[in-house]
Parts: sequence; C-alpha cells; structure tokens
Amino acid sequence: MNSMPVRPKELPAERRVEGFGEVVQGYTEQEALFEASRCLQCKNPACSEGCPVGIDIKRFISQIKEKDYRAAYFTLKEKNNFPSICGRVCPSEYQCRKACVLTRKGSLFASDQAINIHLLERFAGDYGRDNGLSLSVQDAGNPAKPRVAVVGSGPAGLCCAGELARKGFRVDVFESLHKTGGVLRYGIPSFRLPREVLDSEIDYLKGIGVNFVTNFLVGKTASLKDLFSRGYERVFLGVGAGVPSFLGIKGESLCNVYSVNEFLARVNLMSAHKFPEFHTPVNTGRHVLVIGGGNTAIDAARVALRMQKINGIPLDTKIVYRRTEAEMPARRLEIEHASQEGVKFEFLSQPREFNGDGRGFVKKLVCLKAELGEPDSSGRRRPVAIDGSEFELDCDLCVIAVGLKANQILIDATPELKTDSNLDLIVDPDSMETSLKGVYAGGDIVGGEGTVIEAMGMAKKAACAIINNS
Amino acid sequence: MRVVSKKVLVGSPAARIVRISLFAPEISKTAKAGQFVVVMAEEKGERVPLTIVDADAKAGEITLIFQEAGLTTRILGSLSPGDNLHALLGPLGHATQIKKYGKVILVGGGVGAAEIMPVARAMKDEGNHVTSILGFRNKELVILEEELRNSSDKVYVLTDDGSYGDKGFTVDRLKKLLDEGKYDLIYAVGPVPMMKNVSLLSREYDIRTIVSLNALMVDGTGMCGCCRVSVFGRVKFSCVDGPDFDAAGVDWEELENRNKVYNPQEKHACKLFREGKG
Repeated sequence: MNSMPVRPKELPAERRVEGFGEVVQGYTEQEALFEASRCLQCKNPACSEGCPVGIDIKRFISQIKEKDYRAAYFTLKEKNNFPSICGRVCPSEYQCRKACVLTRKGSLFASDQAINIHLLERFAGDYGRDNGLSLSVQDAGNPAKPRVAVVGSGPAGLCCAGELARKGFRVDVFESLHKTGGVLRYGIPSFRLPREVLDSEIDYLKGIGVNFVTNFLVGKTASLKDLFSRGYERVFLGVGAGVPSFLGIKGESLCNVYSVNEFLARVNLMSAHKFPEFHTPVNTGRHVLVIGGGNTAIDAARVALRMQKINGIPLDTKIVYRRTEAEMPARRLEIEHASQEGVKFEFLSQPREFNGDGRGFVKKLVCLKAELGEPDSSGRRRPVAIDGSEFELDCDLCVIAVGLKANQILIDATPELKTDSNLDLIVDPDSMETSLKGVYAGGDIVGGEGTVIEAMGMAKKAACAIINNS
Repeated sequence: MRVVSKKVLVGSPAARIVRISLFAPEISKTAKAGQFVVVMAEEKGERVPLTIVDADAKAGEITLIFQEAGLTTRILGSLSPGDNLHALLGPLGHATQIKKYGKVILVGGGVGAAEIMPVARAMKDEGNHVTSILGFRNKELVILEEELRNSSDKVYVLTDDGSYGDKGFTVDRLKKLLDEGKYDLIYAVGPVPMMKNVSLLSREYDIRTIVSLNALMVDGTGMCGCCRVSVFGRVKFSCVDGPDFDAAGVDWEELENRNKVYNPQEKHACKLFREGKG
C-alpha cells in the first residue's frame, strides 16, 4: 500500500526536441497492473467527483487490476467517448487526481503520490483501440429519429456526434477547416496527442455512421436557418473559442509576432515544420519569447524549441509570465517537460511594448517587473507591475498566448442566439439548449476557455437532452 | 471543387494571369460582391485567399482570377479542367456595402481589375454611376477592359509605360476626375502602394474611400490573426472584419511589411517548383 507511483517512460529530452514524436510512452501491462494495485478502492471515492464527466474511476481501475481490460475500456466509454485522447490531454492533476485521497489536503494540484488515473485511462483506451473494441450502435441510422447537424468537429462536436450516433441518430458534422478535430488537430501538438490517436477516434465515429462535411462554415457557407430548411431538426453548436486575444500593447503587429493559434496551426495543421515539402511556411526565431502561462503557451514554446533544433539554431526559447510558476494554469507535467527540454522561464514579467528593427520585424520586448498582490477573481494572486522596473528581452519571434475568445461568425449571422457579456452563448444549464429552439451548444462557445473533457461533458449533456426530447 | 474551365488571360514571360471557374454550388448560391474564398491547391498546399470574381448560382460555379505570383497561384495556374482542388471554403469576409451612393469611382491596379468587377456590377445594378480606372504595367498585362466596359458608365485604362491607353498611374487619372467633378465614393483594389496613394489623394478631396485588403491568411475564419491590420489604430482581422476597410485608417506600412514576412520562403518554394517542372 502507498508504494511509489509508476512513472511512465518518456523520450529523453534531447531526443524529443529533434521531432514531434510522443513524449510520454504509455504504461506497459505490468506498469498498469502495478499502478492499478496502488488504488485504495475507497469506499466513497472522491476521484469521480473530480471528473467533469463523472467516469467510474474506482471501477475501471479495479477492472484493470483484474486484468479485464475490455471491461475497463467499456466502463470508461460509458462516460467518455475518447479515453485515448483524454488520457493524454486531460489536466488530471487539477481534476480526478487532485480529488484522489492520496493528494495532500489543501494542495493546489495533485500530489505525486496520487494514482496516475490518466495513464490508466490511456492504457485502457489504447487497449480498446488496439483491439478494435467498440460500443454497439442501437438502431443505426433510424429514419424515424430527427436528423442532427453538429457544427464544429472539436472535442464538443465529436463527443456529441458520437453519443447521438450510438443511439441511432443520423448525424452530419460540419467543419470549416479542411481537416476534422478542431483544436485537437490545430492546437494540440502531436508530441502530446499523436495524429494516429486522433485519426483513429474520428475513424471510429465514421464507422458508427457519423458523416463529416469539411470546408463548410456554418454562418457563411450556409446559415443556421438553412440547416433547418435542409431537414436537420436539431443542431448542436460546438464551435469553440477560436479567436486569439492580443495584449493591446505597442508593436504587437510587427512581423514575427504571432498569435498562438497562428503559430500552432501553421505547424500542427499545415505541417509548416516540413516546409518546403508542405507549402505553408513558419518562421524560426533565434530568440523566441512566448507570452502566457497556459497549456497553449507551453505547447507553443515546445514547438518553437523544436523548430530551432530542426533548423540547427542554438535553443533559446523563453516563456514570459506575469505571475510565478505556482499560478501557471498549465499542466504541471507540461511545465516539467518544457523545462527538461530547455524552455526557460521569465516569471513576474509584464510585457509593455515591442520594439522593431526598423524593417518592420520585432527585435525586443520591453517588460516591467511585477510582484504578486491580492488574489483576484480567479483566486490567484494578481500581478502588480513595479514602476520604473523596465527591462528588455531580445526577441526576434514572439508568440502571444494570453487567451481565446468565442468566434462570432455564427453568432453575428444568427441574431436570435443570445450571448452573455463575454459573447459566449447562453444556454439552459440542464439541457444545453440555446435561446433558439432545437439548437444546443457546448464546449468553449458556452463556457469560455475550458478543457477538452469539460467540453465533452457539456456535449454529452446536450446529446442526452436531444435524445430525451426526440 | 472541380475546375470547370480555365482561360489564360495573360501569358507573357513577364506575367501569367489566369481565370478559372470552379464547381462550388454552395458558395455560388450565397457569394456576394467583395467576398472571398480560401483555397488549397493540393494536399500539402497552403491556404490562400482569393476574391470571388463571379458567382453563377444556376451553373453552381464561381470564378477566380489570379496572377501567378507565389507557389500556390502557380500550382492553381497549372491545373486543367477536370482537376480538383484539395480544399475550398467560402464565401468568407463581409460583402462590400452596396447601395445607391451616386457617383462611384472604382480603381483597379493589375489583377485588382478583376477584383473590382463584381463590385462594379453590383454598384451599377444599384443604380450608381460607375467610373472604372484600370492601371497596368504595360499593354501585355491589360485584362478585363471589355468586361468592365459592360458594367461601368466610363472606363479609363492606363499603362505605366504608355504602351496602351493613357500613360501614367491610376492616381493621375483619379486626380483629374476629382478636379473636374464631384464623386461620392471611391473603391480601390490593387498593390499596397497604389491603394495607399489613392487613399492619400482622396483624403485631400474628403471622399469616402474603401479598399479591399490582401493580407496573408491561414484559416480565413478569424481563428489565427495572421491577417491582422491596424485601422484607425485598432487591430482588425481582414478575414472576418474585412476585407473592406476605410482607407483613411489603414496602416499601410505595417500591411506592406507583414505581407513580406515569408518572401524568402516563397522565393525558395517557387524556385523548387520551377526546377521540378523543368
């Protein structure tokens, strides 16, 4: 009891930066069995309450312990369509693992001792994928059931489509990009979520009858109203929070200042790291700064670092953050990985302006030193800039990763959809139905920036409401 | 996404300008003047924005006209009827605001002549008096004169070297017109220096001037911010806030710089493409 947790094998840091291969290797069967055996099987498990979709964690871990991996997979699938994805990208240290009884009380995130629930989830998820397990479809493509249009093929859209298809609904998913997956594809780099994992989960949906329509922007190519007139009787909006925020400081539009979405999409979606074989370019900096403290900031820094390595440039990538490491919203594991790989951190630094090189390219970032003041609405201590503390950082490429907002294209084209002060959609919290009858929503377009699993939780709720009201 | 027809409008060693029609029934139904599409010529291709020059809902076709400049436009120019694009998304951006202004001047520089065509038609249909000023480097590069005559009340053609029409730049003719008469709106599309000069001139005459900006894009749906431009000191995304903007507010230097960010890569890719073909 209470033995040391099994750390998964990882690619050595110096090898990782040479490419985009997956960093964390999954558990072997022996490792999974050992880790599962550490679970205390609490009488009243808190872990499931920490899970946004309420996976029966205790049960699936005990099934792993009994070597019934098939059962473990189906236990996961009851609540989570994509265990192989969530096992890789969930910030479990803030969710199930933080709630684990082995986490020290009052801790901001999970203790090392907590059960590695995410790795066990990944193990069982990959077992299911590798063995072609899938849930049965009831009543496939039943023409008596309403046709459903799902808008957006990110985590929320995929989840909703999967839930509905399993119940025999005919579902078409509309995606504006040329590839499906949304933020899972353009945002999360393959060293965290290999493309074959994502592709296989999407192929699974195709296998149970979900139809994907790419290159179709609802709100432009056709309106929401058009969808109804084409015979869809229910619509789920999972369009995400796709619009990058900027800092609003001088010099922000100098060349080589990227939004995190642009930088990551060029590489993750368009394969710019393989230019010129792929035609989309991206620049590589000698002195790269990434501004922000979330997972996307970390992702961007690790991509920038790999670009430096691939191009034979000495590694120099720094994350600039207004607070300290403790307040960073990023996953602890990602922070650790980034720093192993060579990403440096400039904490308590508040960007003030960019200076150019006279040819329109960024050259320096001027910052102010900050100190931590009183906690703000997020509960984290607020950074307060110190007057007269200006300092400069060399910077010939900068990525701004300070948050995302809701995309307004569909909302602008559909005035009947009610939004809140953040321009997120207002929904009925029980059914996820919007102000338009038959139109449901979930994911970041409702809750603002959240996690993959939170988006899936909302999508699932919406799917249930659609199923129950049909 | 299938190429239905193709015509090489200019095929000189100095420049190639190509017109293609694509089978795109969805887009052809909703496209309005001033909107654009994002195309990917092939699977490993880039996403680039191109103005929708014409849309025929009955035939389900849209028409694009482009000068072969970068790699993507070269690949597009090498396609034949029957070929398929890898991706085509649209119609994107806000449509040009079409209403009865009165007397409207449209200025098109180079392939910009193609981009003002749908606006000329729409403005004319709305009952405006339309004057089109077209500028080209030389006689060989003159395109769409006939088509624009059909949708304008008056057309002026200029070439930089005087080999066709009047010798001079579009702003020269614009100045003459503004000196001689009263106009209510100017709409300009072309190279950044041309749009900038049109804007500087029209400000002296205090005439509202709209430009359609050609910023670089990736998704074209407001997701990446690659196409951001500063207008009256505020950051705007060309793809979702534009592509039309009030010319008086545009930071032209920034736009010109940002459009050159990938020039070295573009040159390299084009060289490889030529070698691959040769």
